[in-house]
Amino acid sequence: MSTDLSHIRNFSIVAHIDHGKSTLADRLIQETGTVQDRDMKAQLLDSMDIERERGITIKANTVRIDYTANNGQDYVLNLIDTPGHVDFAYEVSRSMRAVEGSLLVVDSTQGVEAQTLANVYQAIDADHELVPILNKIDLPASDLDRVAEQIEDVIGIDASGAIPVSAKTGQGIRETLEAIVEHLPAPTGDADAPLKAMLVDSWYDAYLGVIVLVRIIDGKLKKGDKIKFLSNGTVHPVDRIGVFRPEMAVIDELGPGEIGFLTASIKQVRDTRVGDTITHDKKEVEALPGFKPAQPVVFCGLFPVDNAEFEDLRDAIEKLALNDASFSYEMETSAALGFGFRCGFLGLLHLEVIRDRIEREYNIELITTAPSVIYHIYMRDGEMLELHNPADMPDLTLVDHLEEPRIKATILVPDEYLGDVLKLCQDRRGIQEDLTYAGSRAMVVYDLPLNEVVFDFYDRLKSVTKGYASFDYQMIGYREDRLVKMSILVNEEPVDALSTMVHFDRAEQRGRAMVEKLKDLIPRHMFKIPIQAAIGGRVIARETLSAMRKDVTAKCYGGDATRKKKLLEKQKAGKKKMRQFGKVDIPQEAFISALKMDG
Amino acid sequence: MQDDWQNAGFGLYIHWPFCSAKCPYCDFNSYVADHIDEDRWVRAYIREIERIASQTSDRILKSVFFGGGTPSLMSENAVGAILEAVGKNWRFTNDIEITLEANPTSVEASRFEGYRAAGVNRVSLGIQALNDPDLKRLGRLHSVAEGLAALEIAKKTFERTSFDLIYSRQDQTLADWETELRVALDLAGDHLSMYQLTIEPNTAFGDRYKAGKLKGLPSEDAEADMYFRTQELCADRGLCSYEVSNFAQKGAESRHNLIYWRYGDYAGIGPGAHGRLTLGGHRFATETELSPMGWLTKVEKNGSGEVARSSLSKQEQGTEFLLMGLRLAEGVSLDRYSHLTGSAISPSVIENLSELGMVRLENGILQVSEKGRPLINAILRDLLADQ
Ligand SMILES: Nc1nc2c(ncn2[C@@H]2O[C@H](COP(=O)(O)OP(=O)(O)OP(=O)(O)O)[C@@H](O)[C@H]2O)c(=O)[nH]1
Ligand SMILES: C[S@@+](CC[C@H](N)C(=O)[O-])C[C@H]1O[C@@H](n2cnc3c(N)ncnc32)[C@H](O)[C@@H]1O
Ligand code: SF4
Ligand SMILES: [Mg+2]
Repeated sequence: MSTDLSHIRNFSIVAHIDHGKSTLADRLIQETGTVQDRDMKAQLLDSMDIERERGITIKANTVRIDYTANNGQDYVLNLIDTPGHVDFAYEVSRSMRAVEGSLLVVDSTQGVEAQTLANVYQAIDADHELVPILNKIDLPASDLDRVAEQIEDVIGIDASGAIPVSAKTGQGIRETLEAIVEHLPAPTGDADAPLKAMLVDSWYDAYLGVIVLVRIIDGKLKKGDKIKFLSNGTVHPVDRIGVFRPEMAVIDELGPGEIGFLTASIKQVRDTRVGDTITHDKKEVEALPGFKPAQPVVFCGLFPVDNAEFEDLRDAIEKLALNDASFSYEMETSAALGFGFRCGFLGLLHLEVIRDRIEREYNIELITTAPSVIYHIYMRDGEMLELHNPADMPDLTLVDHLEEPRIKATILVPDEYLGDVLKLCQDRRGIQEDLTYAGSRAMVVYDLPLNEVVFDFYDRLKSVTKGYASFDYQMIGYREDRLVKMSILVNEEPVDALSTMVHFDRAEQRGRAMVEKLKDLIPRHMFKIPIQAAIGGRVIARETLSAMRKDVTAKCYGGDATRKKKLLEKQKAGKKKMRQFGKVDIPQEAFISALKMDG
Repeated sequence: MQDDWQNAGFGLYIHWPFCSAKCPYCDFNSYVADHIDEDRWVRAYIREIERIASQTSDRILKSVFFGGGTPSLMSENAVGAILEAVGKNWRFTNDIEITLEANPTSVEASRFEGYRAAGVNRVSLGIQALNDPDLKRLGRLHSVAEGLAALEIAKKTFERTSFDLIYSRQDQTLADWETELRVALDLAGDHLSMYQLTIEPNTAFGDRYKAGKLKGLPSEDAEADMYFRTQELCADRGLCSYEVSNFAQKGAESRHNLIYWRYGDYAGIGPGAHGRLTLGGHRFATETELSPMGWLTKVEKNGSGEVARSSLSKQEQGTEFLLMGLRLAEGVSLDRYSHLTGSAISPSVIENLSELGMVRLENGILQVSEKGRPLINAILRDLLADQ
């Protein structure tokens, strides 16, 4: 039996990164007895190794909990815990499409941050009811009045119903559950109408094949039903239906307003499209508006350190992509690095996460090349090319002009750091669009080129503001600018993997910074090595790495042979981790580190 | 067919692990002990001599080396008893070299006569520096004057005397070293060892260095300059730099150490001693128990102080052969390398290194050039890159 609509509440938990969403989810799960105390652990829903290690949520997670409210009635609550990091904003937006309301968690020691704002805009977009939660009230730095005021001033929503909570101690959890029942709307839907369900998410499970997370809009879904995906017309017999508690629990049917999963012998995640509409075979329903697919915005090359591991890398990437539709890849060959893949990511954290997983879960050491964005190249013959890799830049005489992607960045920062933030944005070719104050905090909005941001903008922002700034961005489109390809020559030979696109006015400064960095990153060799930055044939910066002068063991007698032999072997292994460019060995970290700008 | 080790002969290394004090730069297996039952130790050395000899009785011994630690803390009788046992267990070459490392204090110098009577015919004196402040910083217990007096006695007592110096010390300039080196060359006989100070991990200097508290060490460039100046000045005096840190007139080279560098066979006895022994067609690397008391009780209980004996692969032998042999000015035979490993060093790597002026290849002999000498580790990394 499915639950009657008035006793269902569906909501997502949204917040800026680290404000305590997953911990709040823990308490809700625990308070309702969904999981036994002895099986509880912190951030229970963050089950991936990488999530536990970094202490962040990457994947949205759904749990169904049963709650008996103060009015004595039993409710089914479906909660979706979402990630806070900007790279995974897509997970938040699609989670919101599957529910009617959200808990907007604000860390009461920090206040409103950039993702808090972004989440509010998304909620408004999705027609959501919001319940503000002021979290971490157990901490001495908690300041409820100030944060409530911020919520009203900066976000412009009523904070009188905000609930003070400590997700750590459990204070305020009961009130939160009551507010969910009282303030969030019940879903609507028609149990007797033809099946109409939203495909919210899907992922691959080694035992069960593809698991599809669905939200039922109308009708009923049962085991054995033949379902059809509207996007491609494919039909699959449903072999299992269930809900997450948070373990998978099989149930008989799902009715309107409910959220659960199905399996239907689907082999590849690619055969499912998030946002798709699901109905019964031979039935027609109107398609849901769907989601905008998540588009990779940052690209880089991933190459195995050991060329012999290329096939292993292919295998690893294919498996990861199976589960992550926002991650794209295509084969790439580099004169310097051999065979590898050009991969697309949602942002730098996404890149790091995928890279980490390949290195750890598949045991392949990687060289990562400079991240780049997609440039639009308009050729003289009117054709437009997408440039994913600076190394593929066509002959300039054939190019009419270039366009680069721009973003709208929103930064919240205490005003004592405002100057530094403005300088940083200015340095990154930003155009200021807005600057407002809420108390002692400033909110700045900048129009910035994405390529100035993908690499180390976030790190720089954190360091100039001692971690007090928060940042969010959205793509806003393409704009023409004077962009050129800068090549790096090491010992007179171009190293394709170090080519980058830069703005003409900054080329010299960037070139100088890069050659200086490389001079420190490349170990000394037996000969001196010129390191140059060039645009076309013109050298714009040059450094010389002087020759190594002394590397010899002073005393080496009978007892030293074993030790020196081991040392040599270790050094040989270290050398293997470098790449040879002509006669020069370049360490793998150089490809990324060379681009980091300190100032 | 002859075994490979016969290219360089057979030697015996005897490790005495005790010192009067631990020098702050030293990572040798040495300890300060308040009481040493010397007779017990001598008996243990003799048992080890008998054990190794039973495996190598057909060999003719070319050299014996008492190293340390500070072997000059042993009594004359102890050295005598050990050498007697050596003589009973092996045949000697006519020109056998018997070296003892000595610290140049007056007490130790007073034993030189007795060592000579026991059969020692060469000493290597740890003079280390020729100015008192530096000796102090190096943690040495002797003064320059004491050192020179010991050297004087040694020269009178032994057929062959060498001494050790450490340079590239804290706050030492090229000019400082040059002055000191000239004095050293005036004092030197036909052999001299000069080492650039190496900061070894797990020593007092190593710890201070890691904590950023060891100041005034010369830069890589300054070290290279001092190294080349040393080479020049020695050459002017007819002392050939036959190995990276060793200088001698023709024929006066340390025969014992040449066994190591030419990759011959050697037995190592005493705590933490290493050996290389070719037995039944395999070359073994042997190692003994490191801790003095541990070694002593092992020998007494089990009749052996050995804790490891592993057969070296062809590739390992090739690596060792090169890393030892290329230290010598005479270079290495590539035929011997191929014979050891069953493979050859890539000709293109050798060609690249020759073009850079780092090595020379003539008549199948590969030598590191004067220019390449201070870069041997880098040269080895290239030569062995795909081995
Ligand atoms: N003192 C205190 N700490 C809390 C509270 N809630 C969460 N935390 C801590 O805040 C940190 C972040 O908590 P999470 O629950 O992982 O935050 P999140 O919002 O899920 O983070 P992301 O998923 O990465 O965006 C953890 O160290 C929690 O232990 C609270 O009420 N009081
Ligand atoms: C086994 S040690 C010396 C034995 C003897 N106990 C002595 O101190 O004279 C051999 C030589 O290696 C050199 N030596 C030892 N440690 C060194 C270091 N860290 N750097 C450079 N040379 C070192 C010294 O010159 C020393 O005389
Ligand atoms: S340098 Fe010589 S005397 Fe000093 S501790 Fe080492 S072995 Fe002993
Ligand atoms: Mg979380």
